[in-house]
Amino acid sequence: MSNEAVVHTHHDAVHEVHGDHHEHHHHETFITKYVFSQDHKMIAKQFLITGMFWAVLGGLMSVLFRLQLGYPDSNFPWLHSLLGKWAENGHITPDAYYALVTTHGTVLVFFVLTAGLSGTFANFLIPLQVGARDMASPFLNMLSYWFFFTASVVMLSSLFVETGPFSGGWTAYPPLSALGDASPGSKTGMDLWLISMALFVVSSLLGGLNYIATILNMRTKGMSMTRLPLTIWALFFTAVLGVLSFPVLFSGFILLIFDRNFGTSFYLSDIFISKVGALPNEGGSAILYQHLFWFLGHPEVYIILLPAMGMVSEILSVNSRKPIFGYMAMVGSLFAIAVLAFLVWAHHMFVTGLNPFLGSIFVLLTLLIAVPSAIKVFNWLTTLWRGSIRFTPGMMFAIGFVSLFISGGLTGIWLGNSALDIHLHDTYFVIAHFHIVMGVASMFGMFAGIYHWFPKMYGRYLNNTLGYIHFWVTIAGAYMIFWPMHYEGLAGMPRRYYDYGNWESFKQFIELNRFISTVAMIVFAVQILFLFNFFYSIFKGRKMTQLNPYGANTLEWTTPLRPGHGNWPGEIPEVHRWAYDYGKDGKEFISQTAPVGADESHH
Amino acid sequence: MTIFLTVAVIVLIFIVIFQIAKASEYVSVLKGEEVSRKQNNKINGFLMVAFLVLGLIGVWYCNKLYYGKTLLPQGSASLEGERVDSMLWVTLLVTGVVFIITQVALFWFAFKYQESEGRKVYFFPHNNTLEIIWTIIPAVVLTVLVVIGLRNWFLFTGEPDQSKRPMVVEVTGKQFGWLFRYPGKDGVFGKKYYKNINDVDNFLGQVWDDPMGHDDIVGSQTMYLVKGRPVKLIIGSRDVIHDVGLSHFRMKMDAVPGIPTTLWFTPQYTTKEMKERTNNPNFVYEISCDQMCGNGHYSMKGNIEVLDQEEYDVQMAKLKPQYLMAFPDKDPANAKPAAGQDTTKMAAKPVAATAKTEVKL
Repeated sequence: MSNEAVVHTHHDAVHEVHGDHHEHHHHETFITKYVFSQDHKMIAKQFLITGMFWAVLGGLMSVLFRLQLGYPDSNFPWLHSLLGKWAENGHITPDAYYALVTTHGTVLVFFVLTAGLSGTFANFLIPLQVGARDMASPFLNMLSYWFFFTASVVMLSSLFVETGPFSGGWTAYPPLSALGDASPGSKTGMDLWLISMALFVVSSLLGGLNYIATILNMRTKGMSMTRLPLTIWALFFTAVLGVLSFPVLFSGFILLIFDRNFGTSFYLSDIFISKVGALPNEGGSAILYQHLFWFLGHPEVYIILLPAMGMVSEILSVNSRKPIFGYMAMVGSLFAIAVLAFLVWAHHMFVTGLNPFLGSIFVLLTLLIAVPSAIKVFNWLTTLWRGSIRFTPGMMFAIGFVSLFISGGLTGIWLGNSALDIHLHDTYFVIAHFHIVMGVASMFGMFAGIYHWFPKMYGRYLNNTLGYIHFWVTIAGAYMIFWPMHYEGLAGMPRRYYDYGNWESFKQFIELNRFISTVAMIVFAVQILFLFNFFYSIFKGRKMTQLNPYGANTLEWTTPLRPGHGNWPGEIPEVHRWAYDYGKDGKEFISQTAPVGADESHH
Repeated sequence: MTIFLTVAVIVLIFIVIFQIAKASEYVSVLKGEEVSRKQNNKINGFLMVAFLVLGLIGVWYCNKLYYGKTLLPQGSASLEGERVDSMLWVTLLVTGVVFIITQVALFWFAFKYQESEGRKVYFFPHNNTLEIIWTIIPAVVLTVLVVIGLRNWFLFTGEPDQSKRPMVVEVTGKQFGWLFRYPGKDGVFGKKYYKNINDVDNFLGQVWDDPMGHDDIVGSQTMYLVKGRPVKLIIGSRDVIHDVGLSHFRMKMDAVPGIPTTLWFTPQYTTKEMKERTNNPNFVYEISCDQMCGNGHYSMKGNIEVLDQEEYDVQMAKLKPQYLMAFPDKDPANAKPAAGQDTTKMAAKPVAATAKTEVKL
C-alpha cells in the first residue's frame, strides 16, 4: 500500500491534506482515541505503558527473589502478607522462588524488552521517520497491541492459579515443562503460560509484518533506503528477525501443547516420575525442543538489542552534533548480525550432548558475530570523537548503552567458545553476561529512546535533574549488581538456586549476595522515580515550545508540536539527503528536507 | 509497623528528590535555559570521567575481594581442566585489553569533546581504512581464540587415552539426587529399560535377564573415582533434564532422559589432597545440578570422592551389586542363613568379605 492509498483511505488524513489545519475537528471518541486507536503514535504509547507495567512487576519479582538470595535465613512477615501461602512465615518457598525467577525472565524478555521496546519505538518512529501518515495497516497494528494485551492478561492470571505460575525457567525445557507431575508449576500455570506466549507470538507477527511493509513501501518521496535513519534500519532487521523466527518458536510450543494434553511423544522418552511411575512415552527427543526454542531464542536477543542499537546510533549522532561514523558499515553490520543471528542458536546447547563437530561450527559462527559488534562499537566511539557533545539524559543513556554493550559483549567471547562454556555454562557468569549485554543495555537503549522522544510523544519534557539521577544511579547500580557475578560464575556457582547454604563450594558468597540484593533494591526504587517523572511530566512537564529542540535532521521533528493522526497537516515533506548532515560545511545541522545546495560539498 | 515506617521514609525521600528536581527546573528557567543547560553539561562531562576512574578502581577492588573465592587460585582438579583455565587466562587477556581501551576511549571522549565555546565539530562521516582495520584485527584475534578453543573442545569431547586404563561410571539424575552405576568386574554394564524402574530395589530399571548386569554396582550420593585414572561418565536421566556440574574439574554435561551423553576427565588430586590444597578440612568435590529440574533443583547434590587405587579397591569391595540387593537369596553370603527372610529391603547390610568385587575395565 502506498502513501497515497493511505491518504485516501483515511478520513482525518484526507482532511488534513485538503489544508484543514484543525487537527482534531473530526470526531474521535475516548474509545477510538485512547483504547482501540489505530494511530501508530497512540499504539506506541499503549505498548510503552503496558511494557512499563510489566517492567515494574518483573522488577519487583527480581527484588523479591534477590531478597531470598541475599537474606536466605531471615523472615519478612510482610512477605507473608503479600504472597500468602507462597511465603509461609515470611520466607519465600522454593516453589514461589522458581515461579518468580521464571516469570521475571519471561516477562522481561518478551513483554518488556520485545513488546515494550521494539513495539513502542517501531510503532512510534517508523511512520514518523520514513515520512508516512501511519503504518501500512493501522488495523493490524491495533490488533497487534490487543493480542499483546490479551497475552498480558493471560500471563497475569497465571500468577493467581492455585498450583502457581509456571516455574521451570523462562526457556521452559521439557520434560519439566511438559509434566505436571514433575513440578506443580507445570500444571495449569504452564497451560496459561503457553496460551499467553502463543498470543504474544501472534502479536509480534502482526506487528513485524506491518513494520516491514511500512518501511519497504511507504517511505516518502526521496527517502531511499540508504537515506533512512539507522533507527529504521535497526527496526527493519528486528522485524525481519521476528517474522522469521517466532513461527519456529510457535511450532515448538504447539508440539509441547500436544505432549502435555494429547499424549504425543515429541519431547518425551524413557521417563519415570517418582511416586507416579513410568510414563508410556517413548522415542521423543527433549533436545528437539531446545533447537526449536533457541532458533527463536537467539535471534530474540538481537530482536531486543537491535532497536536499542538503532536508537543509540541516532541519539549519539544528534547529540554529538556530528554524523554517525560509517553509516554504510553500520547498516552492513546490522545486516551481518541479522544473518548470523540465525546461525548461532546451538551455542546455548554446547553441553546438551550436541554432536561435537556441530558444536565446533557454532563456535566459529558465534565468535564471528563479534566482528560486526566490534565494528559498531568502534563506529560509535568515532562518532563521539571530535564532536560537540550535549549531555541530554537521552545521550547519557546512549553512552551508558555503549559501555554496557562492550562489557557484556566481551564476555560473550568467553561463553561462545565451547571449551570455556563447558565450565561456565549455567553459572552466574552467564547471568552476568546476558543481563549486562541484553537486559540492562537494552533497557538503557529504551530509556535513551524515551528521554529523547518524550517531547515528540507528549509535547512536554521530562525533568532533566531526575533524568540525571536516574542515569547515574542506574549505571553505577547495574555494574555493582552484575560485575561481581562474574566472580561467582568463576567459582562455578550455578544459576537458579534457591539457597546455597548447603554447598561447600558456593556458600562463600553470601556477603556478596547480600550486597547485590541491596543494590538491586536501590536501583529498583530509582526506576520508580523515573516512572513518577514519566507520568508527572505527561501532564505537568515543561512544555515543548520549539518544533525541533535538538536541532535534529530527521523527519519526526518537522511535524507539529502535537501531531494528529496523519502526522503532517499538509503534504508529507520530501527528502533530499541522508539523516546525518551535522556540522557539514560549517552548518550545525541540515534537515533531511533541505534541498542539496549547488555549492555543497560531497562526502 | 516497621514496614509502614519504611514505606513512609521511602516516600519522603522520593518527595524530597522530586521537589529538588522541580526546583532546579524553575531555577533553570530563571537563569535562562541555555545557561543552565551548559552548566549541567559541564557537570555531567566531569561525572563521565569520574565514573570512569571510580569504575576502574571498583573493578580492581572487586577483583581484590573476590578473586580468592573463585576456583582459579586453587587450580583445576582435573588434567583437562587446566586447559580450560589457561584458555580462560588468554581470553581474559584479550577481552581485558579491549575492555580497558574501549571504556577509556568512550568516557574520555565524552569528557573531552563535551560542548564548549568555539568547539568546531569535525565532519567525519566515514573512512574506509579505519573500517577495514577494525574489521580485520578483531577477525584475526577471534580466529586465534577459535583455534585454541576448538583444539580443547575436540580433546574434551573425544575419547580418553586407552593406555591409561580409563574407567567408566554411569551417572543418572533424578528429582532430586544422583545415582551411580559401576560396571562390576566384567567391565560391562547390563541392559536397562526404564519401565523396570522401581524405587525399592531397581532404581535404574536394570534388566535382570541380562547376566552382564548381575555384577553392576549401584550407589547414590557419592561417586568414587581414582586419582590419575581417566573416567568416562555415561550420563542419563530418569525424569527431566539435569546437568552433571563438576566445577572443580571444569566440566559439565546435561543429563537428558532417553539420550545418553558422555563426558570424560582425569582427576589429578584425591579429596584428601584437595583438603590440604584449599586449606579447607570440609572440602568435598560436589556435583551440582546445573539445569533447572524442578523446585528441589538447588538441593540436587552429589559428592565425588577421589581416592588412590588401593583405597578405591577397598571401597568398592564394600559395595554389593544391585542384583544381589534385589535377590538376596542369590547372594552367596546369604546362602546358608534362611533365604527369603527379607527379600524387599535394600538396607545396607554388613557385607561379607567373600563378595569380592574388583572393578576393572
